Amino acid sequence: MPEFQRFSYDVLIIGAGGAGLRAAIEAAATGAKVGVVCKSLLGKAHTVMAEGGIAAALGNVDDRDSWRVHFADTMRGGQYLNNWRMAELHAKEAPECVRELEAWGALFDRTKDGRILQRNFGGHRYPRLAHVGDRTGLEMIRTLQDHGIHSGMEVHMECTVLSLLMDSGRVAGACGYDREKGRFYLWQAKAVVLATGGIGRAFKVTSNSWEYTGDGLALAYRFGAELQDMEFVQFHPTGMVWPISVRGILVTEGVRGEGGVLRNSEGRRFMFDDIPDLYKDQTADSEEEGWRYTQGDKNARRPPELLTRDHVARCINREVKAGRGSPHGGVFLDISWIKQHISKSEEHIKRKLPSMYHQFKQLADLDITKEPMEVGPTTHYMMGGIRVDGDSQMSNIPGLFAAGEAAAGLHGANRLGGNSLSDLVVFGRRAGRYAAEFAKANSATTIDDQQLQTTATAALAPFERGPSGENPYQIQYDLQDAMQDLVGIVRTEGEMEQALDKITELNQRAERIGITGNREYNNGWHTAIDVPNMMIVSEAVTHAAILRKESRGAQFREDFPNKDAEWGRYNIIVKQGAEGEMQIEKRPIAPMPEELKAVVQEMK
Amino acid sequence: MATQATFRIWRGDPAGGQFQDYTTPVEEGMVVLDAVHRIQAQQANDLAVRWNCKAGKCGSCSAEINGTPKLMCMTRLSDINLEMPIILEPMHAFPPIRDLVTDVSWNFRAKMTIKQFKPRSPDAPDGTWRMQQADVERVQEFRKCIECFLCQDVCHVLREHHKHDEFIGPRLLVYAAALEMHPLDTEDRVSDLRKKHSIGYCNITTCCRQVCPESITITENAIIPLKERVVDRFFDPLKQLFHIL
Repeated sequence: MPEFQRFSYDVLIIGAGGAGLRAAIEAAATGAKVGVVCKSLLGKAHTVMAEGGIAAALGNVDDRDSWRVHFADTMRGGQYLNNWRMAELHAKEAPECVRELEAWGALFDRTKDGRILQRNFGGHRYPRLAHVGDRTGLEMIRTLQDHGIHSGMEVHMECTVLSLLMDSGRVAGACGYDREKGRFYLWQAKAVVLATGGIGRAFKVTSNSWEYTGDGLALAYRFGAELQDMEFVQFHPTGMVWPISVRGILVTEGVRGEGGVLRNSEGRRFMFDDIPDLYKDQTADSEEEGWRYTQGDKNARRPPELLTRDHVARCINREVKAGRGSPHGGVFLDISWIKQHISKSEEHIKRKLPSMYHQFKQLADLDITKEPMEVGPTTHYMMGGIRVDGDSQMSNIPGLFAAGEAAAGLHGANRLGGNSLSDLVVFGRRAGRYAAEFAKANSATTIDDQQLQTTATAALAPFERGPSGENPYQIQYDLQDAMQDLVGIVRTEGEMEQALDKITELNQRAERIGITGNREYNNGWHTAIDVPNMMIVSEAVTHAAILRKESRGAQFREDFPNKDAEWGRYNIIVKQGAEGEMQIEKRPIAPMPEELKAVVQEMK
Repeated sequence: MATQATFRIWRGDPAGGQFQDYTTPVEEGMVVLDAVHRIQAQQANDLAVRWNCKAGKCGSCSAEINGTPKLMCMTRLSDINLEMPIILEPMHAFPPIRDLVTDVSWNFRAKMTIKQFKPRSPDAPDGTWRMQQADVERVQEFRKCIECFLCQDVCHVLREHHKHDEFIGPRLLVYAAALEMHPLDTEDRVSDLRKKHSIGYCNITTCCRQVCPESITITENAIIPLKERVVDRFFDPLKQLFHIL
């Protein structure tokens, strides 16, 4: 049997982005022995790429804000499929979690009276996003990292997790290998938190880093965890479209929050042409009112560019399809026009959006203070994930927790910008706390050596097949093409059935993946291990999207273009059946308590 | 723009290695990392390269491109002479792991030796602080750092003299500066900077500042003010005189 280096913890955290690090800090603070396993170097997780800000009803800029407004905004954005308990806890606890980051050294931008400044964002009624220019995610992960390294956690960097380990129905840890040498590791634990992020790499055009291959979802699914809301993949309306090699890289919503406008090739602000009924009362009537809103006028309503992401993305898609797009297949996003209103607008833009300025200058040779950008939709965020209990974040597998993007519930059918960073800290903290509690209340686990053996053998099989096997990179590309073309922003049953056929074919090819070289830092091997995870999540997304015969939030069905009130009563659950087949079912949403219903009514 | 380019990539491990040439098609708008990925997918599946975001935000894909430390994801092919082979090497200041990947774990260990953030008591009864934007901005410059370690790679104290055991290097001096100049911080790191972290080894050649992809003014805004604090504390002749008296 291959040798495993053995480590033992009370709580094992898989993933070291915002949610994983926050969970680790919380668990360690209770005195638990905590291990963290991450795929990259510490501090490089996808959280670094978050730009706009962290949503919390601090009320620093507009004191009409409160948890009740934030809760109602989140539910409206999620089209009421959200786990209402999570939306409630999130709105109530986010302010405290932001203040906690400040106490650990985070330096947010300030108001004139020295408090944390908050900015406008799509779907949020009041300025709510605490931010640091347009690099809020970096500030957050560095704060958690620099605080966390002194909290006693042990970090295993650049490790791939191959499998969870089970002990009579309860999770017992995980096993994997380190990238540097390819040595096998066993991390035994009484509780495990999955904080592995999303699935964006299953699509061709994405803002997500290479890590986003749905690992946590697949790891949990294989042992019976339920996945929920998998049909809801958020396409961010503004990604770069040119040059081709940077296609998909995010252009923050902050550009629109600061007054940036969308125009088609005819120069028309097309977002004014299609404003959904749900948002009519909250949207500006004129360009002039929209501008005043972005500049902090409390009596103005938001410009239509700041409607929810699903809607803006579809409007852009429509313009491009109608032949009114920009030269490289996007539309124009213009912030330079604000020079009509602001003197020294160049300095203003550079100060408010420094990363965007550099990103376009360096990668596209374009000065955003002078010219419009070309943007188009990009796969950005997974609303779905592992189904968890709203309070504790525990999945249906005892001892297995999930937090952040890997967990489902908070965002329902569509996430509001800024609600992701707050999700990470609010539910990372809860997952860490309850995982530590679970570890304390339960005895040590036993490791099944047979399972270790089987996992190791399967992991090494691609080496046996060698260069004559299938190229793992090619399978990944083919899957990305299929998901992009057939299960993308506009969906139909026929195309999605084709996608399922394609996934079946790719699954067969994936069984024959062969790789060259040895086990030391072999990217081919890493890809060979990632591919099966991406297959599982892709299949789950497609099945759930086929079953939901309506358009709601991030899911747009061309064959069912309207929202169906009946479907608003259900989440879709995906789980593995006894024969290893994928089972898909409708599950009724628990009724909302009267006091929360009253909040939703009041904020309508 | 050329339609083909040759990349001369260092392939090897701690035991040694050699350069190997790969010729691959290139297109307008491509960056070095795109070409490396194409070579990896089509010609060398096991080519080791570390990368994450491909947007200049995570600082993973640091390497030496034609001898200059750079992020591969932010180096456009249009800025390189493609008539000659493009030479790609791992960073030299850290031990090689494989191909373009180096062992940068020392940076994480060295960071642990710097005393962590210690805020003053909150300013307001609700447990929050008040800070002015101008005071925050000074430190925000340092907090732009993406920990790519290119500044560490180019620093001669680490690269040529291998003083990793005594000196923390520009990245961690920037980290220390961010803490020392944080409006809320109350910790004292001046003595450590002199003794444990050997700030005196830096002779302000500004090489680090020149390679920083985030354009942090490392030498002038971070290191020199820290050196001044050390000098103020330990080498002020008037203070020494009073001490003797």
